[in-house]
Amino acid sequence: MAITRRHALVLGAALTMSFTAACGSSSGGAGDSGAAKPATTVSDADLQNALNTGGTIKVWAWEPTLKQVVADFQAKYPKVKVDLVNAGSGNDQYTALQNAIKAGSGVPDVAQVEYFALPQFALGKSLADLNAFGADKLASTFTPGPWNSVHTGEGIYGLPMDSGPMALFYNKEVFDKHDIAVPTTWDEYVAAAEKLHKADPKAYITSDTGDAGFTTSMIWQAGGKPYTVNGTTVGVDFTDPGVQKFTATWQKLIDGKLLSPVTGWTDAWYKGLGDGTIATLVVGAWMPANLESGVKAASGKWRVAPMPQWEAGGKATAENGGSSLAIPEAGTNKNLAYAFIKYANVEQGVQTRIDGGAFPATTAHLKDPAFLNKEFPYFDGQKANEVLAASAGQVVGGWSYLPFQVYANSIFNDTVGKAYTSATPLQDALKAWQDASVKYGQEQGFTIQQ
Amino acid sequence: MATTTHIADRTPGPKRAPASSHGPLVIRRRRSARGRRSATLTVLTGLVLVYTLLPLVWLAINATKTQEGLLDSFGLWFADDFALFDNIGATFAYNDGIFARWLLNTLLYVIAGAGGATMLATLGGYGLAKFDFPGKKAVFAVVIGAVAVPGTALAVPTFLMFSNLGLTDTPWAVIIPTLVSPFGLYLMWTFATDAVPREILEAARVDGAGEFRTFFGISLPLLAPGIVTVLLFNVVGTWNNYFLPLIMLKDPDWYPLTIGLKAWNQQAATTGGEAVFNLVITGSLLTIVPLIAAFLLLQRYWQSGLAAGSVKE
Repeated sequence: MAITRRHALVLGAALTMSFTAACGSSSGGAGDSGAAKPATTVSDADLQNALNTGGTIKVWAWEPTLKQVVADFQAKYPKVKVDLVNAGSGNDQYTALQNAIKAGSGVPDVAQVEYFALPQFALGKSLADLNAFGADKLASTFTPGPWNSVHTGEGIYGLPMDSGPMALFYNKEVFDKHDIAVPTTWDEYVAAAEKLHKADPKAYITSDTGDAGFTTSMIWQAGGKPYTVNGTTVGVDFTDPGVQKFTATWQKLIDGKLLSPVTGWTDAWYKGLGDGTIATLVVGAWMPANLESGVKAASGKWRVAPMPQWEAGGKATAENGGSSLAIPEAGTNKNLAYAFIKYANVEQGVQTRIDGGAFPATTAHLKDPAFLNKEFPYFDGQKANEVLAASAGQVVGGWSYLPFQVYANSIFNDTVGKAYTSATPLQDALKAWQDASVKYGQEQGFTIQQ
Repeated sequence: MATTTHIADRTPGPKRAPASSHGPLVIRRRRSARGRRSATLTVLTGLVLVYTLLPLVWLAINATKTQEGLLDSFGLWFADDFALFDNIGATFAYNDGIFARWLLNTLLYVIAGAGGATMLATLGGYGLAKFDFPGKKAVFAVVIGAVAVPGTALAVPTFLMFSNLGLTDTPWAVIIPTLVSPFGLYLMWTFATDAVPREILEAARVDGAGEFRTFFGISLPLLAPGIVTVLLFNVVGTWNNYFLPLIMLKDPDWYPLTIGLKAWNQQAATTGGEAVFNLVITGSLLTIVPLIAAFLLLQRYWQSGLAAGSVKE
């Protein structure tokens, strides 16, 4: 593409990333701050009062369906003005947010934070603990995967906005053409990859040049737990059996040159998804909206199937992506901010977002017949949400990300990326990533368990 | 004819010509230099030309394609559908027409920032060239030192400073740092030293003109080529400025084109985000049009500006 300034961004991220993590190490962390849950200090009446009084809140988010949510919210509470700002997506936004927090000015009242990045901000005491608003009572509202993801210790640092239970998206036309069965296990997936590439040397089962989010999600599904976090004591271990399950299988795809060398989310990637040279995606449930808008050429060709399993007949999935709405500690109008994120993620806003193509994190909506029976023209009338909602209930528990995952992900391609381009085995490359993560964690003052 | 001399030049012979034939040899060399054509050089220049123009050609061709056409067709040739005008319309209409706002923002940063920087550099450079004062050497050292510091290195400290002033996320955060152009100052300084003879200034003073009148009436016209050169450098720098607005601005309403287009490009990589590669490409093409226009319009002045002062009469 004409404009990529990834290097500048990484530099910016590296310069600023140390700020929060440094705060985290000095403050002891939320997890070990005591067993007692903070008492609810803000009642529903207080929230209602804030809505009636009105005021302005600034929301940093890139999620496109929030625009309508904000419009509806302002119509319902005319005294409230919501300033929705797209301050960049993903790492750009985190860099901006950390800059603002460090500088102590320009901090938004609400920020979109992905689940993998939440612990980093939570441990830096940059986000408000939502227990103060009685958020702990919402446990049954959300599916376990995202609900677990917004916790750090007893603290709740965001309300889940969407979720990404994984599934297999595949191009049925390509599979039919080469008479390939939809794989239900990872062994079948590798076999399908071989058969497809043999039948059509231009076609690949999927593309992968090293993606931190995908790799960690795959390890998650395989039952691996490379990260253990207890306050500021952190363990990183990429030799655990779950990790090895993943590397053994994925190494076969790398060695057989069965992965398309196209980097995800680029124009070439969209092209591959459209022309059938990238035949499947194992990705989060939010993908349909992206396929519909970005890969119009393949409309009617794609289908959704359950994620391939490590054991035949198994029913394990993982989360991939997904974000929360969080309230920065330095925000000025926390009551109003909480009233807004509750509206967006628990109340009417959820339906608005589903109508806009988002995949919810709320149990009620995932069981709603109207949601489950929705026929997707893009998937040739398939009720895709049935597959995706089933996946949401099968996410393997007990996963946690590093309290400096944003940094770790930013160096993934420097370390693990080598496994895709050279003879370095994936398992060794993950060890290199582990070493680099450990080194950074130690520099930031975390206690690392080896 | 040119080719023959060329070959003659390369025919093996005695390494050192006898002293008597020295004169004619020089004449022959000069003549051959004027008419010489080197295949190697031509190919090399051609390669560089292709290398330079290819991205522009790519940009122009692909701006005519729809999002689907972009992904379906060969990159260096047109798709079946010619959608340039649709794309231009869509670029200005997308996101409630924010592209026009980004264009105006960029113009604001260029006029206020680059214009202001040029004005300050002209005043400062003239003053430093034509007036003597204690500490001038120190000023010179500071200016030269400042030229050597890359803007990127100053970005984070500048951000923290502006943040303490409460100016981040406002247009001031982009305009004020842009006003400082050490390279422009240095260029104006050297240019003014040669372009404005001291004798003219003395004559004007003797005739009773004040410093302001001398500056505006006599020096400014003489400095015009230098001013245009500095202006052009500053305009291009500000128009393409990326890192400073990236860290200073969060509100898309104040983005310049560079940051805005990147935001559109990145949207393809987010959950539920729409891939608008066709608009990014069309937007990029529209973004470079004003720069090309500025170059074509100012090129004449710029050339004379670069040459002026380089030869002592």
